[in-house]
Amino acid sequence: MLDISTLHYLVLGAALFLLGVIGVLTRRNVVIVLMSIELILNAVNLNLVAFSRYWQGIHGPSALHGQVFAIFIITDAAAEAAVGLGILIAFFRNKETVNVDEVNLLKW
Amino acid sequence: MNPAALPTNPPVATPFFFYLLAAVMIIGGILVITRKNAVHSAMALITTLLAQAALYLMLYAPFVAGVQIILYAGGIMVLFLFVIMLISIERTEKERQFNKQWLVGIAAAAALGGLFIAVYTTTTSGRTLFPEGKLTFAEGDNTQRIAGLLFDRATGTYMFAFEIASLLLLVAIIGAVVMAKKRI
Repeated sequence: MLDISTLHYLVLGAALFLLGVIGVLTRRNVVIVLMSIELILNAVNLNLVAFSRYWQGIHGPSALHGQVFAIFIITDAAAEAAVGLGILIAFFRNKETVNVDEVNLLKW
Repeated sequence: MNPAALPTNPPVATPFFFYLLAAVMIIGGILVITRKNAVHSAMALITTLLAQAALYLMLYAPFVAGVQIILYAGGIMVLFLFVIMLISIERTEKERQFNKQWLVGIAAAAALGGLFIAVYTTTTSGRTLFPEGKLTFAEGDNTQRIAGLLFDRATGTYMFAFEIASLLLLVAIIGAVVMAKKRI
């Protein structure tokens, strides 16, 4: 079998990203839409860490910028999940539904 | 630290484990976006996240792998499960699961996939854009080096970004409380 290169990880990341995009665009349940967003963020994280490994191969073991970026993205994901789920609870309290296509108050 | 002085580890990143973990992740991802029950989706997502943590280990990133397990699988997913249990209603499982624009959505995703394929198969002078990167350093001091980038006065490129991240978390806490609380 071939050695695993950076490109393998990038293709896996792209596949996960596409799964996340399909989930965001087609599902109605807000919770699952938020989980699809987590899938997208994770696909990007995988790319960043794979690039970090590639970069380390060129610039030595201290070139860890990709991994630091991945940690920042995990932080952002935590913040996003907290605020998103807070909005979801407020929305559910008002409308008794969790379907995104029933949120149409701002539509005209 | 001289990288040559560190013991060189035998590669853990064998192709078999990569393909196994990739298959687990893809199947988990498909389950996330197809299950009716949100709890099942969350379980599939946790499986995907854990497989991804194993992939981080194969990429010699043990600290990110630990953060992934503790923060993502342990923290964020527990938050998700809590909210699912707070708002879970039986009738959502019997309702239509996909919205009316699902065909357009899948077409847009397919266009994006075509873009990815076009980028990844582009070759310049016979090579793809992303050639193979080789790495044989021991990963023992990975955490130390990340800490150096984040906190050290001399090498801390991301010190300011780190402080901004803590501010972001504070804002997120306040925002979540404001959103979720009935009366403030």
